[in-house]
Amino acid sequence: MDITIAILLTIATAATPLLIAAIGELVVERSGVLNLGVEGMMIMGAVGGFGAGYLTGSAWLGLLAAIAIGALFSLLFAVMTLSLATNQVATGLSLTLLGLGFSGMMGTGFVGLPGQRLPDLYIPGLTTLPVVGEFLFGQDPIFYISIALTAGVAWFLFKTRAGLTLRSIGDSHGSAHALGINVIRYRYMAVIFGGACAGLAGGQLSLVYTPQWVENMSAGRGWIALALVVFASWRPWRVLVGAYIFGAVWIGQLHAQAFGIPVPPQILSSLPYLATIVVLVLISRNKRLTMMNTPASLGQPFVPDR
Amino acid sequence: MKRLLIALMATAASLSMVVGAQAADKLKACWVYVGPIGDFGYSYQHNQGRLEAEKALGDKIETSYLENVAEGPDADRAFERLAREGCGIIFGTSFGFMDSMVKVAKKFPDIKFEHATGYKTADNLGVYNARFYEGRYVMGQIAAKVSKKGVAGYIGSFPIPEVVMGINAFMLGAQSVNPDFKLKIVWVSSWFDPGKEADAAKTLFDQGVDIISQHTDSTAPLQVAEERGLHGFGQSSDMIKFAPHAQLTSNTDEWGPYYIERIKAALDGTWKPDNVWLGIKDGAVVLSPFTNMPDDVKAMAEASEKKITDGWNPFTGPVYKQDGSEWLKDGQVAKDEVLLGMNFYVKGIDDKLPQ
Repeated sequence: MDITIAILLTIATAATPLLIAAIGELVVERSGVLNLGVEGMMIMGAVGGFGAGYLTGSAWLGLLAAIAIGALFSLLFAVMTLSLATNQVATGLSLTLLGLGFSGMMGTGFVGLPGQRLPDLYIPGLTTLPVVGEFLFGQDPIFYISIALTAGVAWFLFKTRAGLTLRSIGDSHGSAHALGINVIRYRYMAVIFGGACAGLAGGQLSLVYTPQWVENMSAGRGWIALALVVFASWRPWRVLVGAYIFGAVWIGQLHAQAFGIPVPPQILSSLPYLATIVVLVLISRNKRLTMMNTPASLGQPFVPDR
Repeated sequence: MKRLLIALMATAASLSMVVGAQAADKLKACWVYVGPIGDFGYSYQHNQGRLEAEKALGDKIETSYLENVAEGPDADRAFERLAREGCGIIFGTSFGFMDSMVKVAKKFPDIKFEHATGYKTADNLGVYNARFYEGRYVMGQIAAKVSKKGVAGYIGSFPIPEVVMGINAFMLGAQSVNPDFKLKIVWVSSWFDPGKEADAAKTLFDQGVDIISQHTDSTAPLQVAEERGLHGFGQSSDMIKFAPHAQLTSNTDEWGPYYIERIKAALDGTWKPDNVWLGIKDGAVVLSPFTNMPDDVKAMAEASEKKITDGWNPFTGPVYKQDGSEWLKDGQVAKDEVLLGMNFYVKGIDDKLPQ
């Protein structure tokens, strides 16, 4: 295998969970809700995916379970913040804490067990194509799902009526409510979609990336996903670019180390984060553009007066 | 209702952090782990030691632990909290807890502290460590025999003496078999992140190594080795289940006997801060069964293990530093203090040690 292709494949695996979780969160934030519980939903998806995969012997059922558990877990957040109008930041944070602790408890029986791995795609004739074959047609199924999700969300948000409604709720829930739009229902759906995505991202971790269950295996990826949404200024394709830049810088520095390039690893491993900060600074220099994309009522609780 | 739910969630979150209860007449022994006890690696093995102590000493003690404690200010708080909760003896198991433990030990002179892998002691603070490098020397020998390409990959966490020592021991072992053996080293700046560790393993394999060794705590690198049909070594616990065809052996830690001995000493009042460094001969470092290798390699590994058990130190001269200068004369054995502060590579490692 050519080393460039090998590097690209590794980057894709590293970027996919970030991309999926961030795309989900992007929809949530576009609806005006800030869910800081991505890390918690992700880790719940990871343990659920591993557990279901292990118990049923099918990685595909594991994947479905990961999505379902992520969605179910986000429902908790939705009930709290939307129906009970609790503070979104505090509730999101406790969702993360709860997820980290609860997944550890649920997963005690799964520690030290080898898991199921989703098989890579194989299309006779295409996968074996020279150079591009393996990257385009030979990856794990979640990679293709992540690309489809990005395209789907971009289309939904900017090309459909429901997407327009969702964005208008995110910009001004008061006006949307006055127009007779059911703000709470839209937000419920957005939050649950975000949860399902985070769960799927967690499933990728325990069914593809490292097919095993260990506590804390998400290791902060949920937080990076949250940062990516801002980094992308709430635009789906920019999330994809951001996730791949992040993955590329990370994998690139590992290769630089293995080649023996004499740069301190402490600097190299902070590169992805530095890159994120630099881009954020560059983006926020243009205030008007940033304002245009930021959902105006992000994080504000909405209580319809009856 | 809202408030109730929030309170419930907060309680649930904090419950997940502390396990254990209190009683007045028993000795309370407490542990602070850097990773989750479910890492199936380093913290897992320490927790196994705690469970063994619990079993052996029964109702004379009760135990409690904090897991996933970050090195730094969080660790200060963790140790202080355990000290205030009535722990009589506290074990901290990560190198990076050192300064926190020194600080908290000074504040609570009546409580006994034990720090794994560190070097700072006090009247109520002892240090204990295991000679992991002994096992790594044997691994290096195996790697040089099994590798077809004559180059191994090494996944490091942080460039601290403990890890550098392991790399050097591995390399000396490999050179004893193949003087031209090469090592590619990658640092992931984490003790535990399965994804990053797997990425590092893929990187090394992509760059042409056919065997990897790791000084990080998850099973992910070995799983990558298994997927690629190549070889690797386990870390801290026997990881054969994750890599039945890839694991050659694993450098496992057995802390139970030490914990039992120290808690007993605390119970009968003979506890003194000590500075012990246990190895293969003490049963604290155990090489799991040699698998997936030819019989002659296995025989060689067993012979080396025996030699170390009989008291031979892998850091016995002649050994040269990376720059070619002589470090140990023929027959000279490295002093423990030097090993514990090791900040240089041995000759033959074609990489720069990050400072």
